[in-house]
Amino acid sequence: MTTPSNLQRVLEQGHFAVTAEIGPPKGASGETVRRHAALLRDCTDAQNVTDNQSAVVHMCSLAAAVHVLQAGGEPVFQLTTRDRNRLALQSDLLGAASLGIRNVLCLTGDHQKFGNHPQARGVFDLDSVQLVGLARRLCEGRFLNGDEVKPPPELFVGAVENPFAGPLPLRVLRLGKKIAAGARFIQTQAVYDIELFARFMAAVREQGWDKEVSILAGVVPPKSAGALRYISKVPGMVVPDKLIRRMKGAADQAREGKRFAVELIRHLRTIKGVRGVHIMAIRWEEAVPEIVTEAGLLPRPHADKY
Amino acid sequence: MIVARRKPAPPLLAAATGRRTVLVAGCKGCVAVCGVGGEREVRLLAAQLELAAKRLGQKRTVLRATVARQCDPGFLSSFDSLMEQAEACFSLGCGVGVQYMAERYPAKPVFPAVDTVFAGGSPAAGLWEERCRMCGECVLGETGGICPVSRCAKGLLNGPCGGSVNELCEIGHNQPCAWNLIYERLAGQGRLEGLTVITPPKDWSRAGAGVRSVVREDLMP
Ligand code: SF4
Ligand code: SF4
Repeated sequence: MTTPSNLQRVLEQGHFAVTAEIGPPKGASGETVRRHAALLRDCTDAQNVTDNQSAVVHMCSLAAAVHVLQAGGEPVFQLTTRDRNRLALQSDLLGAASLGIRNVLCLTGDHQKFGNHPQARGVFDLDSVQLVGLARRLCEGRFLNGDEVKPPPELFVGAVENPFAGPLPLRVLRLGKKIAAGARFIQTQAVYDIELFARFMAAVREQGWDKEVSILAGVVPPKSAGALRYISKVPGMVVPDKLIRRMKGAADQAREGKRFAVELIRHLRTIKGVRGVHIMAIRWEEAVPEIVTEAGLLPRPHADKY
Repeated sequence: MIVARRKPAPPLLAAATGRRTVLVAGCKGCVAVCGVGGEREVRLLAAQLELAAKRLGQKRTVLRATVARQCDPGFLSSFDSLMEQAEACFSLGCGVGVQYMAERYPAKPVFPAVDTVFAGGSPAAGLWEERCRMCGECVLGETGGICPVSRCAKGLLNGPCGGSVNELCEIGHNQPCAWNLIYERLAGQGRLEGLTVITPPKDWSRAGAGVRSVVREDLMP
């Protein structure tokens, strides 16, 4: 199914895609989102807005995605099953499409225990595989209950995968389920251990899935050795000690973090089946244009806007 | 079995304040097995309630009785004469027992003295673990006998989330990731292909709010 998504067009025309993440604010102003979207719109193909990231309350991703649109960007609307049941998920997808949002990323979400309201009741009515299936079904014109959707939304549906959470065969198997459910693009957890990631990609290629889905490798530029050490403690993250030492030894750690991200992107481009990168510069969106420039990924392909 | 935890004393003692005669009602079922609601615990709570009154210079009579199962109305009649004297009841039964007591004695307050927590078992002395959330649509046949509804912190039905670390669940407590256990069990049985099947969204109406009931006409009088 083709959708009006710029990201889909870029990928299907065989370009190496670049997406970046924008964190919505913890307040009622869309100004920073619009500023970040304006900053990123010309150096990336689409911009993800996170959905109550780390289970911490932020402005809703749907509203933030509209701010991205207003600033001339192309949002990837992130949607978690932690906070919504099947009614809310479907109505949010319809609302998003009605507002001109063309990409959705389906996630389970971090457990509420990690957030700023650990007493909350997690919803988890569906899991992420089921959410991918639900989004596809909506686009095909059916609600989960079989009723007709008129008109159906047009959404480029994506999902995430964490190649590092192990065991590898289980991760690959789960990716296969997401593809079978209807995911057309996959954004991965941040890559720091490139060997482990290459092994994951080899397993994916063995199944032939690199041809069925566009895989965008996650890149999180570390701002400092301290930040990297913090990242290494996030569930499901693998950060080699060597890299932490390298960051610690640098005179200008922020500069070193960007240099690492550029090297990583160059390396990722050489791995067969990697169709793009997803840069998650957590509260450091300003670093992205420079990283993309130095990695030689500019100018971005010009796909017609609508 | 049903696993429960004793409520802390202060709110119970507060609820008893000013009441001269109360009943502490125990149960010999699950709550006795998990060490919170049997005869021994009835004695303990009764002593606490007596002592608390004495400290305030008040007089209080604490009646005590334990039945085979508070969750079975047939056993409750032995509380009748005691409840006639009592101004209130502290039930050490599970949530079902407390409700049946409250239903039988609607004029008197019944306070739960335990928090009913889960359906589980005791794999080792002093340890109880949840094993079933009574979802009404059991999937254990597909998951190698390991329950993802109760043992996965997110109740996922299609494999693990991205947060497991070293095969442990992301929410910590050193609990294994349920999906890792399922994977290993099915791998051991040569049934991994089962994991490639997409499980559709669950019918939670069967786990539902409102009253669920099981009817067996063959057992009815
Ligand atoms: S699947 Fe449902 S019924 Fe079966 S053990 Fe788990 S919670 Fe209980
Ligand atoms: S780590 Fe495993 S058990 Fe814990 S929430 Fe994720 S899938 Fe469930």
